[in-house]
Amino acid sequence: MAEPPVFHTRGLTKTYDQGEIQVFALRGVDLDLYRGELVVMLGASGSGKSTLLNILGGLDVPTSGEVRYRDIDLSAAGDRELTRYRREHVGFVFQFYNLIPSLTARENVAAVTEIASDPMLPEEALELVGLKARIDHFPAQLSGGEQQRVAIARAIAKRPEVLLCDEPTGALDSATGVLVLEALEKANRETGTTTVIITHNASIAGMGDRVITLSDGNISGERRNDQRQDPRTLSW
Amino acid sequence: MASNALNTVLNTKLRRELWQMRGQVLAIALVIAGGVAVCVMSLVNYSSLLATRAQYYEQHQFAEVFSVLKRAPRHILQEIEKLPGVARYEGRVEGGAKLEIPGFKDPVSARLVSIPPDGQPDINRLFIREGRLPAPGRNQEVAVIGSFAEAHELSLGDQFHGIINGRRQALVLTGIVESPEFIYVIPPGAMLPDYQRYGVLWMSAEALEAAMDMGGAFNSLVVTLRPGYSVASVADALDRLLARYGATGAYGRDDQFSHRFLSDELNQLKTMATVFPLIFMGVAMFLLNVVISRLISTQRDIIAVLKAFGYGNRQIAWHYSKLVIVIAAIGLLLGLVLGLWLGRALGELYMDFYRFPGLLFRINPLWLVLLAALTITVAWLGAWKAIRQAAALPPAEAMRPEGPARYRVTVAEKLLSRVRFSQPSRMIVRQLSRRPARTLLSMSGVAMATAIVMVGNFQFDSVSLMVHTQFARVQQQDLATTFIDPVNSAALYGLQRQPGIRYVEGRRTVPARLKFGHREWRSAVTGIPADARLQFVVDSNLERVRLPGEGLLLTDYLARELGVNPGDTLQLELLEGDRRTVLVPVAGVTSEFLGVGAYMNLDALNRALGDGPLINQAMINLDPAKAAEVYDSLRETPGVLGLSIRQAMLDSFYDTLARTFLTFTFFNSLMGGIIAFGVVYNTIRISLAEKGRELASLRVLGYTHNEVAHILLGEVALLLLLGVPLGWLIGQGLALLIVTAMQTELYRVPLTITSQTLGISALVVVVSAIASGVIAWWRLKALDLVAVLKTRE
Repeated sequence: MAEPPVFHTRGLTKTYDQGEIQVFALRGVDLDLYRGELVVMLGASGSGKSTLLNILGGLDVPTSGEVRYRDIDLSAAGDRELTRYRREHVGFVFQFYNLIPSLTARENVAAVTEIASDPMLPEEALELVGLKARIDHFPAQLSGGEQQRVAIARAIAKRPEVLLCDEPTGALDSATGVLVLEALEKANRETGTTTVIITHNASIAGMGDRVITLSDGNISGERRNDQRQDPRTLSW
Repeated sequence: MASNALNTVLNTKLRRELWQMRGQVLAIALVIAGGVAVCVMSLVNYSSLLATRAQYYEQHQFAEVFSVLKRAPRHILQEIEKLPGVARYEGRVEGGAKLEIPGFKDPVSARLVSIPPDGQPDINRLFIREGRLPAPGRNQEVAVIGSFAEAHELSLGDQFHGIINGRRQALVLTGIVESPEFIYVIPPGAMLPDYQRYGVLWMSAEALEAAMDMGGAFNSLVVTLRPGYSVASVADALDRLLARYGATGAYGRDDQFSHRFLSDELNQLKTMATVFPLIFMGVAMFLLNVVISRLISTQRDIIAVLKAFGYGNRQIAWHYSKLVIVIAAIGLLLGLVLGLWLGRALGELYMDFYRFPGLLFRINPLWLVLLAALTITVAWLGAWKAIRQAAALPPAEAMRPEGPARYRVTVAEKLLSRVRFSQPSRMIVRQLSRRPARTLLSMSGVAMATAIVMVGNFQFDSVSLMVHTQFARVQQQDLATTFIDPVNSAALYGLQRQPGIRYVEGRRTVPARLKFGHREWRSAVTGIPADARLQFVVDSNLERVRLPGEGLLLTDYLARELGVNPGDTLQLELLEGDRRTVLVPVAGVTSEFLGVGAYMNLDALNRALGDGPLINQAMINLDPAKAAEVYDSLRETPGVLGLSIRQAMLDSFYDTLARTFLTFTFFNSLMGGIIAFGVVYNTIRISLAEKGRELASLRVLGYTHNEVAHILLGEVALLLLLGVPLGWLIGQGLALLIVTAMQTELYRVPLTITSQTLGISALVVVVSAIASGVIAWWRLKALDLVAVLKTRE
């Protein structure tokens, strides 16, 4: 008997009203994601990958269709439930890091561990991303790659069951981007967190257990890698 | 052409941005409007009252020198005419009366003034509101002052009785008039108006001479001067001429009661016209600075693009200057309208106190233009730094986003290293300490708002204390009677025996001139019995001061004016009897809030005058149940000039003055509230704009709406916590400033700040803060989490 999926979506659609035009961001997505998986979601800009990630992360609700995180029906949840869901289960990494400039690396991580039920120590999380030495630096004193690794430490420190990353290397050069991907891969491997990385950069696809391609609001392809490629061998 | 078209685009941008920030625009405009309104209101009042008074004085020939005497034959007037410097003169008869107004049982006293046979006097001409002046030969006819007629709802033809010089006589009302001599009407010996119990009446000279036994004589002289002659020279000449007729010393307008009070009031208005607008404009300047700086920092890329298109620094600066000017202009316009309206409303209120024929509504347009220019300039200066930064931004640099803001671990955190700060608390502390100047300014804004509300409220407390002290502590008699002429103190025994009178004590007040070196002061000396129980002298702790056996006690204000200290010897010129001049040591200084006085032992005063045990006032304690009987019998007593009832004075005070003060208090609280709202609302909005991204990130990370609101509002709470106590301090300083500026001969408002005043000022500010907090809370709810994450700062 196969393990039930962490995420389960059926017929997921999302439309935005832009003035008088209706924009279809998602057109009926069926998707299952499993525990411990590292999934790379590929798609061009406007393919709907960010919308999907936002719905999975409880930042947005679908227009129609079903989306479940284990037993929680995210499509029916209100603001309060979604906040609790994000607080307890989800870690986020964004393209532009979104660190709090007035807090140091350690404090940025602590901002999350303080409200989590079974977090790691902030130092532990920062060590995992290789930033122990920069622990008391403010964001303004860190490079882009370092800031993104702080963001990863912040995301994993609460031991989330899912880690959702939206273009985590989008603002970084290739060499720095690899360091960030390494950190993500290591976090996935060592914590067993279901990890979704969305990107328009196909070079990254090799590091995932599964690669799902989105185009025009639909899943247009899916493949499974026999062997995850070491991020250090990636370049673009 | 081209630049014209581009400008249109920039103007469109300006319009939309103003609309987008309409909340903030309105908040700043309101603060500016507050400052402008207070300024315009005060200017309008000041110039209207000044112009009204000047016109009134001129058209009605207000006298410039006044002299009161015992009795002089009318032929002396021919000599007065020959005195150098005298332009016009009028010898009149004045007297006191007790009136019986039907349906009003309290004693009413009045001052009577004669008018010449041909009607209008040459000097102090009367303004006839209704009816006509008493005609010669009709001895019953009187004209009364408007305030008295209104208080008793008298109309032409009404009849009442008066006791003049001990004789009861029927009077009939023929006219209701006003006089430049009695713009501010208060009973002798009192400090507050009481229109029901004190009035001014005019009778034909013939009638009054007969009633006062003054046929062919006069006892009051008023004079106007020829240009180039001083009051002092004419007064001296008059004194030399009239001394033997019992003149108590001629004096100028400065010592004329109504004029003096009005001048004091006008000076206070001038103070108000400068202090308050300064505070408001300071706060508005700061708000503009912060808002414009913030706006410009969010528009770096737009500025860069504009510059890349070829806009010059000057055009950019002008573009943002226009934004400031529009906001200032909105505030200015609101303030002008509000100020003119308030000025008119307050003018009407003043008319309750001052008996002008009508208020000339005046404001020098030049002042308004000046005020407008000043407002715009001050607003623009407030934003100048930010505008200059925008103009100086090199395009390439402006295209790049601003780097992450630099923060440091704060000193407070290092000091409190044992305290476990939550991360949101750290954010609050660091946010505030990263921009110390702005934090300080925000705090000052909150403090100023608190201070303004305080200043409005403390005046009421202080005036209440002043009046309470006067009536509960200093004047413990229920009733004071004044005698026409000094009587032997044995008369007190007669009074004491009357039913209803529990206790009586006498005193004597003598007009006098006090001289020390080249300084002099015209006032009166009051002789008080050594064992006075009803009305005595108090020091600054409101403790009773023992009267010295010899020597004078002076009110501190008077001692300062004369420059004397206890131990100095004064020259005391007594202006009664044979006008002796004696040297008297100053024994001590007293502290009174109302009036200015010189006090000495009654026996010592009588000795100095060469008199026996004389008194001219009796202080009485009554059996309240028999008050009406006592009033009636005193009214019938021939030698009694007038009565003043303590409770009636108190009631009349709380009736009139308190209403005025409440209006001011309300207005000040409103202004303070507007400032507080303006400061707090802008602080929150700017904070929200700056931290929207951080707060959205925290929301994404699982922080609840309330937890995020805590970060935003915690900052405000901290500002309030620091700002309100600072405001209390500033308010205390301002109050002291105002109290000092308001010190006059008539009253010196004591500085008292009750905990209630502190509480109210904090409450007004906190409520305004909560109002803006609620708005921010709703805005936070509408925060678009997804959009914030997708964009670069």
